[in-house]
Amino acid sequence: MSLIKSLMGAAAAVALTAGASLAEPALIFDLGGKFDKSFNEAAHNGAQRWAEQTGQTYREIELQSEAQREQALRRFAEAGANPIITMGFAMADPLAAVAGDYPNTKFVAVDVNWLDAPNIRQVSFAEHEGSYLVGMMAAMASKSGTVGFIGGMDIPLIRHFGCGYAQGAKAVNPDVNIIANMTGTTPAAWNDPVKGSELTKAQISQGADVIYAAAGGTGVGVLQTAADEGILSIGVDSNQNHLHPGQVLTSMLKRVDVAVYDAMKAGEDVQTGVFTMGLAEEGVGVAMDENNAELVTEEMSAAVADARSDIINGNITVVSYYENDSCPALQF
Amino acid sequence: MEKMPKWADVVLIPLISLILAAILSTLVILAIGENPVEAVNLMVTGALGSTYGWGYTLYYATNFMFTGLAVAVAFHARLFNIGGEGQAMLGGLGVAVACLYIPWPHWSIALLAACAASMLFGAAWAAIPAYLQAKRGSHIVITTIMFNFIAAAFLNYMLVNVMRPQGSQDPATARFPEAVHLPTFQSMFSTAENAVFRGAPANISFFVALLACVVVWALIWRTRLGYEIRAYGHSETGAVYAGISPVRITIIAMLISGALAGLMAINNVMGEAERLVLNATEGAGFIGIAVALMGRSHPFGVFLAAILFGFLYQGGAELALWTSIPRELIVVIQALVILFTGALDNMVRIPLEKLFLGLRKGAE
Repeated sequence: MSLIKSLMGAAAAVALTAGASLAEPALIFDLGGKFDKSFNEAAHNGAQRWAEQTGQTYREIELQSEAQREQALRRFAEAGANPIITMGFAMADPLAAVAGDYPNTKFVAVDVNWLDAPNIRQVSFAEHEGSYLVGMMAAMASKSGTVGFIGGMDIPLIRHFGCGYAQGAKAVNPDVNIIANMTGTTPAAWNDPVKGSELTKAQISQGADVIYAAAGGTGVGVLQTAADEGILSIGVDSNQNHLHPGQVLTSMLKRVDVAVYDAMKAGEDVQTGVFTMGLAEEGVGVAMDENNAELVTEEMSAAVADARSDIINGNITVVSYYENDSCPALQF
Repeated sequence: MEKMPKWADVVLIPLISLILAAILSTLVILAIGENPVEAVNLMVTGALGSTYGWGYTLYYATNFMFTGLAVAVAFHARLFNIGGEGQAMLGGLGVAVACLYIPWPHWSIALLAACAASMLFGAAWAAIPAYLQAKRGSHIVITTIMFNFIAAAFLNYMLVNVMRPQGSQDPATARFPEAVHLPTFQSMFSTAENAVFRGAPANISFFVALLACVVVWALIWRTRLGYEIRAYGHSETGAVYAGISPVRITIIAMLISGALAGLMAINNVMGEAERLVLNATEGAGFIGIAVALMGRSHPFGVFLAAILFGFLYQGGAELALWTSIPRELIVVIQALVILFTGALDNMVRIPLEKLFLGLRKGAE
């Protein structure tokens, strides 16, 4: 009898631990896929860092269709995953529909800040502030007085990047000429390095000698062509300075990896609410390392440091494209 | 004389093609070190093992039925309409305009209006390539595929600059009002004690798709217009000799085709998303080509092929959720099915025809 009891006790213990291990975090990548060299890959890196440090596992899915957004949220929530981390603004609408049905599950929405639900942690980034700083650097490094911007898909988020960049460039040189192009209007625009390369050549022929790419995988082609043609480029999201050492002026960092890592580390106790990761929180910033040390003059780094503290304490206001769907410094 | 009995043409060839695709897929799954039996099991139970799975399978199948029928109708006039994607995008725009700007009292009236609007927009998008083909001889394959890109750019412009609610960061329209939400299978078939199709997107437009299959069948094989379309498809000179106008048939067939592709939007835009997003069609227009090829351009074949592709989509989603099989591999499996059933059709057909001829000679 006692043997059976202890066996049952052991079984119950196993069942309990099995239940506990089910509460692993889940990560939902957006349609770009986890190896997009950009936004989703940053999330993947953050999750991998957490997994390596803690030895724990997480569930993940790379979405393939719009209908899967709600499906993946529900399936992970029903399987007990907690927290469930989603990537990209397009998850906002499905989250609004699903979150209420699973009040005990925490959701983390990266690039979303307008939802109203008690169990969602919304993390957005002040991309315009980081872009402002790289815009300043672009205008200071440019000898021709013409700088370029190459966006991915023509959506408000990318205009938001371009708008901050243009304001930064104009702050340094009010007469600067800014050429802005978008790669395309379909999701393929996120992964079209060939077109990125063509646009780079077109902008060079118009006189641009520093080009900022905010275009996911397309940016790889922009950086490559800029390096081949001997002009400077600016990377985005991750630190891309190492891709062409000495030829990438800097990178606009958007620390999606940190957002994902923090959420996984906090686990089920992750704090909910709306969080903006700006310059002060080091959610965005400029990448300075040995690869671009020769390109960044002391004057440049001093100006960027000043502007950074001015933005943080409110002396400089960078206008967000979202405020009234238009940009004071650049016409799209 | 027929080379093969009809059942072999309709059932045996697709079946052998499927088996060949399955064998190759198994090898691919083995090569990346996953268990193919487990994968198939997961796909079957995930897509067909519950009303929930069926709800997704039938949702995808509904999309593919509309686009498959669209391609099939054009095929009968020997027109290769690969613009289903763009026509379905424009259909979505029609649905969004109909649902957002007119206050409908009830979903049933809204559905009729949305059907009309989506068909009108889809047909209008097909009309220009049709006119260029009929009057100017610009090849329909080139023009329709280019119109897909124009449609994408146009939709992007509309969503980013015109229809996006102020301050929203998502390039999509606002949610449609409650009154135009279509009944889902969950609300149609669930009883108080037994909830079925929970959370699945399949909705009443599945029955619209079935109706469309019947109507297309009647149109192609039971009407004068259908006869003219088929006659033109078999031989243009013969049709001209019989007094059938090539210009008229080209334009009419393409208009019907575009309308059917546009009609898909009542399922994905009105039924599922309940708003118009940028990426609403998700390649269903192209899958429609494979569905029509596999279904031999017959509405019943299109129906079966659409269910099969719905199964592949939903099964693929389950694979992505619960295994570490990368999504690229799921695309490979879908591609193998398309390759064998569509492109490599003759690889199976020719040996099989020889076999049947040999058998018949042996019997005589």
